Amino acid sequence: MEKLLLLLHTEDDGSLRRQSLEALTSAKETAEKIGADFYLGIVGNGAKKSTELIGNCGAKSFAVLEGNDFSVPRYSTDKSAALALIKHFAATVVIAPNTSRWARALPGATFQAGGRIDTRVTGIATDGGIQIQRWYYRQRMLATLSRTQRPWVILIESGIFKAWEKVSVQVNVEEVSAELKPEMKRTESKGYENASGGEQTIKPDAPILFVAGAGYMKKQSDGKTHVKEAEELIKKFLKLSGASLGSSKSLVEAASEGAEVISIMTHMNQVGQTGSTPRHQKGLSTCCHGEEPHVIGWRFINERRAVNTDPNCGWAQGKTDVLYVADAFEVMTKLNEKWGQKWGQA
Amino acid sequence: MSDFQIVVCGSLVPDPLQTLEPLSGATAPSLKNEMMLPTILDPWAAHALYEAANLAKKNQGSKIYLVSLGPKGKLQQLMMSVAQKVGFELIAIDGSASGFTEPYEVSEVLASAIKSIPNLDMSKLLLFGGCSSASRDAGVTMQLVAERLGISDFFLGVDELIIEQDGKLTFKERVEAGQYLVSTCSAPPVAVGWSTGTLPVPPNNPQLGMMNMRGVLPALQKAKSVKVSAEGVAYSKVEQPSQRRDTRIVKDTPVETIVQELVEWLRS
Ligand SMILES: Cc1cc2nc3c(=O)[nH]c(=O)nc-3n(C[C@H](O)[C@H](O)[C@H](O)COP(=O)(O)OP(=O)(O)OC[C@H]3O[C@@H](n4cnc5c(N)ncnc54)[C@H](O)[C@@H]3O)c2cc1C
Repeated sequence: MEKLLLLLHTEDDGSLRRQSLEALTSAKETAEKIGADFYLGIVGNGAKKSTELIGNCGAKSFAVLEGNDFSVPRYSTDKSAALALIKHFAATVVIAPNTSRWARALPGATFQAGGRIDTRVTGIATDGGIQIQRWYYRQRMLATLSRTQRPWVILIESGIFKAWEKVSVQVNVEEVSAELKPEMKRTESKGYENASGGEQTIKPDAPILFVAGAGYMKKQSDGKTHVKEAEELIKKFLKLSGASLGSSKSLVEAASEGAEVISIMTHMNQVGQTGSTPRHQKGLSTCCHGEEPHVIGWRFINERRAVNTDPNCGWAQGKTDVLYVADAFEVMTKLNEKWGQKWGQA
Repeated sequence: MSDFQIVVCGSLVPDPLQTLEPLSGATAPSLKNEMMLPTILDPWAAHALYEAANLAKKNQGSKIYLVSLGPKGKLQQLMMSVAQKVGFELIAIDGSASGFTEPYEVSEVLASAIKSIPNLDMSKLLLFGGCSSASRDAGVTMQLVAERLGISDFFLGVDELIIEQDGKLTFKERVEAGQYLVSTCSAPPVAVGWSTGTLPVPPNNPQLGMMNMRGVLPALQKAKSVKVSAEGVAYSKVEQPSQRRDTRIVKDTPVETIVQELVEWLRS
């Protein structure tokens, strides 16, 4: 019989992010389907208090690990904390959200526990034991697999399961401690920085992804470039629509090549094979060719539309639902006008 | 200023412009015509290599090792271009570079190759690799190599490493919502899974290529053959889902009409 542990961490402010609540749903559903109990372990600042938020989740028991040394993300201490909880429950299967914190630390914890890990998991099936689904070759093929080794640590991607509806209930919580060797404190956190230096443009929870491509930097029909104008159009659209900003590789790379650039764009905005694979309901691409290494990053964008002056661009090859053959400068100018008149800011 | 021993782990992956087709195998799946596919150096590992070169340039006396596990013949082809980018000593291991192998096994091979580097000085070691591969795309191997080498500090998704005046190392790691987590580590050894970093791809330098190849060819000749698979893993299905959409192409249409459609769609 499997012993299933849901392993969460709090945010630095003691809250639980949506992705953790999604992992909770997946752990609960998996446990029910395989007829096992599930246990809940939480690491981080305010971990004990956070159990109250999800006290209704039906976990068989709760354990936490908190304290100054575990309050901010750090490989060594997060690894030690996760290992302590895995051992505490003698877990055979561990489900955890694929956050940056756990993606960094859980491979090490799994190694120390003598287990195996799968990251970026996009589905769990339970016919004849647990099977997981994950993508290989950067979203180019989907595999279903199972493992014999235990503990088996499974990191679930966001947006796969519904977030658990929190109902505050007080529960009994055990406090667990972890090994803390002096060398685990060699690294010190200095806090967070916005990658773009200014306003936050990457919004994982936004319904819309707006992608800008290198076309915005190219000479237009009047023989001139209009980069500043493009920047204003993009900024205005983001403000009005609340969309998350994505980019092609060519556009973000223009900065390191010394060209006049769109200042709000960084490498973190890049979508694609060597960029991110964000999850949004809708995606609008403008001035981007839609080449395969870029479109790979659109795997989890459900509805897609593109604006390009070239009717034979990559998007036309079955990569978008609608391709508008038009000048993105004109379209975005009018789109902003219309949106502003009708709804104002999102 | 410090002199570092920078070990970069990186191997080959199929060129991203290639269409890939999976084949089921007795133990693990593979790719159709896998040995014929054109390959490139795994992109994030390539960034790690460029960052290593930049650090080595700024810190005299530093040395770069590139540890690559892949089919020997294909590694040789790949090295013809990689060797023109930066100077390094190759440590080649002849074995599968498939995405369907298990990081647990791959990390064992890589760690043992690293341990065999003569005069490896852990107090100078920067262990570099990509934040995840373009094959398995797991982001796990570097942590496992670090564990096997007893390195207790690991950073994932790094875009910047700053060597401070006092020798401390400051890392900027990508975290959620376009932010960096900034952390400082007191000293090497550290392990780093690089993201894109901050450097452009170095131009080809044929002279450097020729110099590098003098070491690369013997390294390939003495490459140890290893078997890496995915023990304990049963792949029940590998599929290439249909990616084609029924694209409606709207042309010769007034901008107003397009905008009206877009607004309705975006707001629905
Ligand atoms: C190893 C590797 C990894 C890669 N990874 C990625 C990745 O992660 N992400 C990524 O994006 N790319 C990636 N690429 C690069 C990719 O192959 C393309 O080169 C890149 O996506 C092109 O960017 P683009 O479409 O913005 O630019 P371009 O190809 O220059 O296209 C610009 C487009 O803008 C259009 N345009 C110009 N003006 C207008 C206008 N006024 N209105 C409307 N349309 C206009 C043009 O018709 C054109 O289609 C990778 C390549 C390699 C080799």
